[in-house]
Amino acid sequence: MPREDNYILDMQNITKIFPGVKANDNVNLSIKKGEIHALVGENGAGKTTLMNILYGLYEPDGGQVFYEGNKINLDGPQDAIELGIGMVHQHFMLVDPLTVTENIVLGNEPRSGLMLDQKTAKREVKEISDKYGLFVDPDAKIQDISVGMQQRVEIIKTLYRGAELLIFDEPTAVLTPQEIDELFEIFRSLKEQGKTIIFITHKLKEVKTISDRITVLRNGKSIDTVNTADVTKEDVAELMVGRQVLLEVEKTEAKPGAEIFSVDNLNVKDNRDIPAVKNISLSVRKGEILGIAGVEGNGQSELVEAITGLRNVESGKVNLRGKDISKYNARQIKREKVAHIPEDRQKRGLIMDFDLKENIILGYHDLEPFSKNGIMQYDNVAKYTQDLIDKYDVRGGGMEAQAKNLSGGNQQKLIVAREFSHDPEFLIASQPTRGVDVGSIEFIHKQIIDRRDNGAGVLLVSAELSEVLSLSDRIAVIFEGEIVDVLKASETDERELGKLMTGSKSEAGGESNE
Amino acid sequence: MNNYSDKIKSILTDLGLSLLSIVVALIVGTLFIFLTDKSPLDAYSALYIGAFGNFSAIANTLWRSTPLILTGLAVALPFRAGLFNIGAEGQLLMGGFTAGVVGFYFTSLPAFIHLPFAIIAGMFVGGLWGGLPGFLKAKMDVHEVIATIMLNHIAIALTINYGINIFRDTGRPATPRIMDSAAMFNFKNIMDHPFLSKLPFAELFAHPAIRLHINFFLALAAAVVLWYLLFKTTLGYEMRAVGFNPDGAEYGGINASKGIITAMFISGAVAGLAGVGEVLGTHFSFMQGMDAGYGFTGIAVALIGQTHPIGVILGGILFGALAQGGLEMQFSGIPSEIVMLIQALVIFFVAALQVFKVYLAKRKAKGGVE
Ligand SMILES: Nc1ncnc2c1ncn2[C@@H]1O[C@H](COP(=O)(O)OP(=O)(O)OP(=O)(O)O)[C@@H](O)[C@H]1O
Ligand SMILES: [Mg+2]
Repeated sequence: MPREDNYILDMQNITKIFPGVKANDNVNLSIKKGEIHALVGENGAGKTTLMNILYGLYEPDGGQVFYEGNKINLDGPQDAIELGIGMVHQHFMLVDPLTVTENIVLGNEPRSGLMLDQKTAKREVKEISDKYGLFVDPDAKIQDISVGMQQRVEIIKTLYRGAELLIFDEPTAVLTPQEIDELFEIFRSLKEQGKTIIFITHKLKEVKTISDRITVLRNGKSIDTVNTADVTKEDVAELMVGRQVLLEVEKTEAKPGAEIFSVDNLNVKDNRDIPAVKNISLSVRKGEILGIAGVEGNGQSELVEAITGLRNVESGKVNLRGKDISKYNARQIKREKVAHIPEDRQKRGLIMDFDLKENIILGYHDLEPFSKNGIMQYDNVAKYTQDLIDKYDVRGGGMEAQAKNLSGGNQQKLIVAREFSHDPEFLIASQPTRGVDVGSIEFIHKQIIDRRDNGAGVLLVSAELSEVLSLSDRIAVIFEGEIVDVLKASETDERELGKLMTGSKSEAGGESNE
Repeated sequence: MNNYSDKIKSILTDLGLSLLSIVVALIVGTLFIFLTDKSPLDAYSALYIGAFGNFSAIANTLWRSTPLILTGLAVALPFRAGLFNIGAEGQLLMGGFTAGVVGFYFTSLPAFIHLPFAIIAGMFVGGLWGGLPGFLKAKMDVHEVIATIMLNHIAIALTINYGINIFRDTGRPATPRIMDSAAMFNFKNIMDHPFLSKLPFAELFAHPAIRLHINFFLALAAAVVLWYLLFKTTLGYEMRAVGFNPDGAEYGGINASKGIITAMFISGAVAGLAGVGEVLGTHFSFMQGMDAGYGFTGIAVALIGQTHPIGVILGGILFGALAQGGLEMQFSGIPSEIVMLIQALVIFFVAALQVFKVYLAKRKAKGGVE
């Protein structure tokens, strides 16, 4: 029996076992109708697994699920959708060349004869988007709209199918701060209309801002459910990790040395052949962290790809220790003791079908002791892998597990472990803590600062303003492919950066761009 | 370790799925056998006896599986590197033709030079025929499927339509018979061999119906070499990385061109060896029709073997057994069309299985990776 009447959902003693991992271990989760419920926990704690069970993607090995007072058994997502459970996945499942409307009605199309009834479809989509304040252009193609817009399409899609309970798996990880605010507006209006929301995030600020109650998972077990109003961020962090966590970065004043890296008048084009990086000049010194702040899509990705040998440099110079490396390929640049944490871990950073030990040597696989005379030395690789997954606490399945079976945050830790382990002298970190839990953020931040204090130069790109602000020594603001200003981190704040990032010049000077 | 048993489990699941598709094919096949007046039980027992019923049958099953293992490998290796090689047919023809010409053209070479020379020449030309589309893909981004299909047509024109006519000495559409010094060892002649005849049970092979020759063992060796290349060498690591995720491989500093060209050259050489064996071991001349569609059946062999070199050996033997046992089925009165139909059903269900597996993987990925 469900435990209380006002619960729309009651998951009791849910257990799910994957080969070698107990992903859910007697988990309890009860959700009140009309609340916004945050589900938090370390990487690999079992959040996604639990939600996948609720959505009918996995069958639990034990436990019961009650929805609106009735025990349910789901055979697949179709069953969940029929009951009114909708899920917005972190990686959207939209068809790029189709329009917004077509994507929303796909699978439940209103028809006139054999054809899609465009008029009815558009009207229905408009009704939903008006009702919840979800503005979208119904005729735009998915491939032409921003990530934030695509997410709205996903939300409308679940509502179109009649969702009452909406699950969001790390919806804010891919959004800009502006878009996050807009998403929370949408959450509020969904709540007003009586919808119930379960929402996964690693950002405790968001948990405090938007949720009514919080359930914490740790190591596959449900630790506690608390009222948001009764706890501080620090309390939640401690519940998640089981110890106190430093939410603020502790770092000493930088002692910058000689310049290690610079770009001069760099120009780079994007995939559509449109200039994305325009005449950028920057320099990074040994022992300092230069942060790049900017709304995503303003040329950061192209800049990073160009300086790591993954994209052609149209014109301009890339200098490493005074040597022009603009014509180097990715391998040559790696060999110059440059490490790179790429922004997209699934596309670039990992070979998802490779196991952990094959992934942890990617890019170094042809070097001793991993390879000798063209023959892989997997015994050495195994030892090396075991050391690193212990040191970096990469959890889930061990070194023979495929990377795709790791939780998102553990995938990120695997990349960090790999890139930090070859004594980099110049480190390029793109979104280094995206999707990573608080404990691991603390760890990764410490590692980055350690590198800096050991004399490495660091270029940090992050959509997370607070991360850029707390880690960087200097901050360059990028807007539409140009650096609009370079500021001392200690002399600026989120407000000023926010303004610069959207194109308005700062009034309060700051260090100018040399 | 726990994951070790997981790995074995997943291999067993794969094997089980392959077996399942064979069983389903045979069950569907019974429907067609009912169309004749024969009983499916008799038909299938004929199939089994024909393929495995006695020593000669087994040996000839292996003989028939030889070119299939090789073309299967020629499809499997590039598959792992993300390439679809439809050109095994053309590579086989080029390799076989070259070996045939070398085999009859040089009349006074000792066997220990002539045979290896013919084999290597055939493999090399096959390798070029595979390497060329690899090169086009790597350097000019020409799709390998298109390039290999076109090269298949060119190979047919060069060898069968044109090549044979240059050299043929009789009315038969074939090149002249190769010298004995270029012929591969046939096991039925085992009692004439100074060492092999001393082996225990050697006399079992000395049966005039046995056509097994040494190329079967070269095929096994090729499978082991390819397995080693893929899973133990640095180049193999790079090929698999490119095959799974070209963007990730690029990030890892892997030069995809090298892997693509090497994989295609090696696979061309292996397909070439299939042709070489047919010419130097089975027919003793390059003749029209000797390719028998092996290049295309190789695609099915590769898929049923899960594109794993050792799996390909099993897949090749399965198709060899179907061919060998199919003959016995015909003798037992099942029309040859039905026999071919059953073979086609197996290929069909293996392909269907592949689609099913992709579906399963997608479903899993949906849930497994957030
Ligand atoms: N399909 C799978 N096969 C094997 N193991 C899996 C699979 N999916 C998840 N796991 C394992 O189950 C555990 C829980 O994973 P899950 O994805 O639920 O974590 P999570 O809480 O969502 O973490 P994150 O915050 O990093 O996304 C992890 O150890 C993970 O490696
Ligand atoms: Mg997750």
